Amino acid sequence: MSSLAVRKAAPAAGTTPGTAQGPPLRRRIAFVPTVTLLIGALYCLLPVAWVVIAATKSGSELFSTFTFLPGTGFTENVRDLNAYRDGVYWKWMGNSALYAGLGALLSTAVSAFSGYALAIYRFRGREAVFNILLAGVLMPPVILAIPQYLLMAKADLTDSYASVLLPLVLSPYGVYLARIYSAAAVPTDVVEAGRMDGASELRIFTRIALPMMVPGLVTVFLFQFVAVWNNFLLPYIMLSDDEKFPITLGLFTLLEQGSNTPALYTLVITGALLAVIPLVALFLVIQRFWSLDLLSGAVKS
Amino acid sequence: MPHTKLRRLVTISVAVSLGATALAACGSSDDDSEADAGPVSLTYWSWTPGMDKVADLWNDGQGKKDQIKVTVKKQASGDTLVTKILTAHKAKKAPDLVQAEYQALPTLVSNDALADIAGDVDGVKDKFAEGVWQQTTLGSDAVYAIPQDSGPMMFYYREDLFKKYGLDVPKTWEEFAETARALKKKAPETDLTTFSANDSGLFAGLAQQAGAKWWTTEGDKWKVGIDDAASQKVADFWGGLVKEGAIDNQPMYTPAWNKALNTGKQIAWVSAVWAPGTLTTAAPDTKGKWAMAPLPQWSASENVTGSWGGSSTAVTTDSTHKSAAAKFATWLNTDPEALTALAKEGGIYPAATTAQTSDAFTEPPAYFSNQPDFYTQAAAIAKTTAPSAWGPNVNVAYTTFKDAFGAAAKNKSDFGAALTKMQDDTVADLDKQGFEVAE
Repeated sequence: MSSLAVRKAAPAAGTTPGTAQGPPLRRRIAFVPTVTLLIGALYCLLPVAWVVIAATKSGSELFSTFTFLPGTGFTENVRDLNAYRDGVYWKWMGNSALYAGLGALLSTAVSAFSGYALAIYRFRGREAVFNILLAGVLMPPVILAIPQYLLMAKADLTDSYASVLLPLVLSPYGVYLARIYSAAAVPTDVVEAGRMDGASELRIFTRIALPMMVPGLVTVFLFQFVAVWNNFLLPYIMLSDDEKFPITLGLFTLLEQGSNTPALYTLVITGALLAVIPLVALFLVIQRFWSLDLLSGAVKS
Repeated sequence: MPHTKLRRLVTISVAVSLGATALAACGSSDDDSEADAGPVSLTYWSWTPGMDKVADLWNDGQGKKDQIKVTVKKQASGDTLVTKILTAHKAKKAPDLVQAEYQALPTLVSNDALADIAGDVDGVKDKFAEGVWQQTTLGSDAVYAIPQDSGPMMFYYREDLFKKYGLDVPKTWEEFAETARALKKKAPETDLTTFSANDSGLFAGLAQQAGAKWWTTEGDKWKVGIDDAASQKVADFWGGLVKEGAIDNQPMYTPAWNKALNTGKQIAWVSAVWAPGTLTTAAPDTKGKWAMAPLPQWSASENVTGSWGGSSTAVTTDSTHKSAAAKFATWLNTDPEALTALAKEGGIYPAATTAQTSDAFTEPPAYFSNQPDFYTQAAAIAKTTAPSAWGPNVNVAYTTFKDAFGAAAKNKSDFGAALTKMQDDTVADLDKQGFEVAE
């Protein structure tokens, strides 16, 4: 996904530093960062290009023809992928969408509530809670997977959709981001004004604060969505039924079939390509919400 | 003020209980552990393709009679699965049956994850070659698994190119070295084969052929023999070939390796019975040009081979229906109908000796259509499999192998030193894990 960000940033670097007041000298300096960013973009896009081209190759072309020479087997690959164990690939895709979509939504909701509460209300232990959250941000989720599995096993929830969804709901990073964002975007004056007018706290939150927090929450949602979509270890440990696997796990089982059977490279590559498409689409669609920042500024002055 | 305080409390508790209700709402839907009487339902973790179809044969036949239903949950193979089984076992949630590679058995047994099913498998032993069966008993009276497939090692070569370059199929390792040198002289751009350190099973199999016993027990203590004389001999042999440049030193299973095989830049491969499957994807253009021969021997009078790969079916200690599970494992790996289905659906080479010459193996693999007696030869080679000796930390030895030998092959440096490092790391890890190690 970083490739998209880089691509977006590249033209910005060239144009922003002042066509209005900028002398031509400034433009020449911008040449270096532009080239750097272009190289960065190339670096990020090259593997993507590899996947796109490799997905068009048939099994016999994959390792024998020139790497960046498109092959002839794309439709056949998609058909094979479709046919593999009665279309279990699409089941995995659906599972990924469920885990990532519902998981990101729930975790955004929790982040919004708790971030807002941490930013607006003063209560005992607030800093302690926040510091623990900060420690949680620094903790890589990978090392929590096994303890979480043991907890889920105690609750008899392993190998269920809930076992993958529940650990995702509380995202320390999401709460942290929501807190920072609501502290910056929701002025206390506005909250006070709402109270004066007799609005309930819940109403203030849902009607006044939430709309102001939207750009931040979109960011939280996207981050969570991508993190869950790419997540591997947690579902790997939690799930044993491959009908519940997300796409990452499913493709892994296609690769590791034991030594008797060759890895299904063409299926995995095509599957990986198709699995990226929803992510790209999501970014393109949701990006526009980031520009909603204007709302907060209007009230503040 | 008290009013807002109350509200504040409500907001906070809403946030908290939101998490709690989410927890409560998603109730359990698992269907584990029922009483012993009545129908039994078993789960089985396996990576073999088509295993669910083989299990259906059981569920519709013998299993229906015995009221034992088996559900297959397909997994990814490899060391990661061992970790997953052990994690599940820690929570007492391991499935009833697991597929496990032979070298993983001691790890699983030492973590108390596998049940001893000796009482349920009387007479099964005779269906397997001695060297294969012995891997599932770990040299004790217990039986921890039933062998499923085996990987007797063989020598694969390009028949047409051997003819073209005037080479004979090597019968001993000495001839193998001569062949490599002769080829270098005739076609400097071409290599007989490569020494690859990215699959430790290959070297382990070669050492096993030479008579190495990497892990043995001495009373209550483990004895590690990774740098024993036999393994040293094998390491020096390959190290010497790499150093003088008689063979390549690039890893296998890479696109470059595939290309080398496909274009005839490498014309032989020391592999196992499952090689046809790998070659089909790696070198699709050379179909029908390869042939298989027994592995070269250390002395002309010998006739042994090692094994590379292969797996077994084991019953876990977490299973509440161990006898039923053992019954299924026995059926799966000894019943002719089951084995034929396994060969057809999963492409496995069965460990049961009678199955190796069954109807499923009268035809050679499609890739080797030029060698009609492929499986007859394979069955004869399989009988000569040397016993292997695995220990509880094969994974550590294997990882060290990849690092140490990978570096040694790349730098064309001393393989013996790499072997010593492998020995030292393995012993150190056993110590660390709390096993007693004999000197």
